[in-house]
Amino acid sequence: MIVLARTALAVALVTAPLWLASSYHVHVLIMAGIFVILASSLNVLLGYTGLLSLGHAAFFGIGAYTSALLALKLEWSFWLALPAAAALAGTAGWAIGRLALKLRGAYFVLVTISFAGVIALVSTNWMELTNGPLGLPGIPAPALGPWSLRTKTAYYYLVLAAAAVAYLVCARLVRSRIGRAFLALRENEPLAESVGVDSTHYLVLATVVSAAMAGVAGSLYAHYTRFVSPEVFLFSYTVTMVIMVVAGGKGTLAGPVVGAVLFTILPEALREATSWQWQMLVYGVLLVLLVFFLPRGIVPGLQRLAPRRTP
Amino acid sequence: MDVLLQHLINGLVLGGTYALLGIGLTLIFGLMNVVNFAHGEFYTLGAYTAFAALALAGVGFFTALGTAIVVGAALGGLCERVLLRPLRGESIDTTMLVMIGVWIAMQNAELLGWGGVAKTIPHPFPTAPLTLGPLSVAPLRVFVFVTALALIAAAHLLIQRTRLGRAMRATFQDRDTAALMGVRIGRIHTATFAFGSALAAAAGALLGPVFLVYPSMGDLASLKAFSVVILGGLGNLAGATLGGLVLGVAEELGAGYVSSGYRDAVGFVIIILVLLFRPSGLFARAERIG
Repeated sequence: MIVLARTALAVALVTAPLWLASSYHVHVLIMAGIFVILASSLNVLLGYTGLLSLGHAAFFGIGAYTSALLALKLEWSFWLALPAAAALAGTAGWAIGRLALKLRGAYFVLVTISFAGVIALVSTNWMELTNGPLGLPGIPAPALGPWSLRTKTAYYYLVLAAAAVAYLVCARLVRSRIGRAFLALRENEPLAESVGVDSTHYLVLATVVSAAMAGVAGSLYAHYTRFVSPEVFLFSYTVTMVIMVVAGGKGTLAGPVVGAVLFTILPEALREATSWQWQMLVYGVLLVLLVFFLPRGIVPGLQRLAPRRTP
Repeated sequence: MDVLLQHLINGLVLGGTYALLGIGLTLIFGLMNVVNFAHGEFYTLGAYTAFAALALAGVGFFTALGTAIVVGAALGGLCERVLLRPLRGESIDTTMLVMIGVWIAMQNAELLGWGGVAKTIPHPFPTAPLTLGPLSVAPLRVFVFVTALALIAAAHLLIQRTRLGRAMRATFQDRDTAALMGVRIGRIHTATFAFGSALAAAAGALLGPVFLVYPSMGDLASLKAFSVVILGGLGNLAGATLGGLVLGVAEELGAGYVSSGYRDAVGFVIIILVLLFRPSGLFARAERIG
């Protein structure tokens, strides 16, 4: 049954561009895929180690700018720029992770917000490098051998593959010894340390992985929209990611995926009916309602509803 | 030297309102253990309330200021009573998410209600600056600074001299013991949140006429309030006052001598550096209120 459902889902995802009505729908799916990567990356931190990063848009933005600048100024190929974006975002994550040594809870949140604030100001003010608020246009589309991934359909498969890899990385990570260490630290840090879990080591690792994944999403975003501006650092990106993770179910693998798909498609579907401000207003109210009525998220909520099956 | 003095004066004027913001936040943070990301929205609320009272209801400038404070207190109290009281005892992350939700909802409600175009609040003060030798300062700014200081003094008196203030200090030191001694913790929390929000609204109504009023003005205000709280140490009222003045001056100096584009980075850098090197705040002896 589960195998059947999974196969059906896989077939549906792979054939999606063939039966979707328009390229606009493919576009929505591409954005959903990018947000799946982002939400999954935030989930590694928020869901598995319990650290809330409210500066996650910074890693996304660093990835986007790194990839864009390497492609534009040094004419690197996308396939080199993407890992470089991941590496630089991961390095930034490492720096932030080192702060997690000392800070927990609200203080960690504040450092991540401040970090994102500084990076956003740099992107606006460092005209020579980033072209300031005007942004960087004309980022080339990736090419695979002789084929340019310029069309939406081609890019869809690229993002689908990247999202699948991100999901598998998360799955492997959280089911490994490392993932169990994350959970132990989330549940009871002193107890985990007392049995030999090195909190510094694992928390830094979690931030690096999370930031690098967000950097990959940034690179994919930059080469898809082919334009980056300081708007990639907008706080609303971070808020959207947090809502996706919290609504989907933090600390579950499927949660961020469900959350990301839902909260990319839903606003697009509502776009005709409402303005952006209403949408954000609804997000705010929704976040409050979720905390009150569905504190563990959609996926754990559904799991509780579904009848127990023998594996 | 004159330029430096001028920067110092401008910085102190800004710093007075930052201190107001910081005191409200440090009380809420310290006493209720709630990271109030919506704090800046109460600042925005104060500015818009003052604007609405002046421009739409046509009351005087000082009445508008008072209205902003009352509305801030009322909405803050309501927010605590409806959203935070049921969550008392939940983890700090839970209430933080709720306050982030309130922040986004309030900001976008303001955007919908008032539109994105910035508003100016008219004020009755002469626009010609007061000059003292080479230094000059607008009368409005003097008024803002003096009012901020008066409100800070009132806050100190409330905490140190009144029954409510004593109950607040007791709750901060040991919630359970305070409850055993007959302090009604729920009420103290509501009062604290209302009081903190009122101070934020006052800061908004004061700075509104100096700058412009727009829906996202609260974001920076929140961050500045957090910088002030971190500078001063959690729950430290005197620290928040000093921290506010230090931040105001640091921003002016940063904008004047480094680059005006990075003015708002000063607060961020302060947060990061203080948390890294002196997490209990610059002026901390121990974590206690007062």
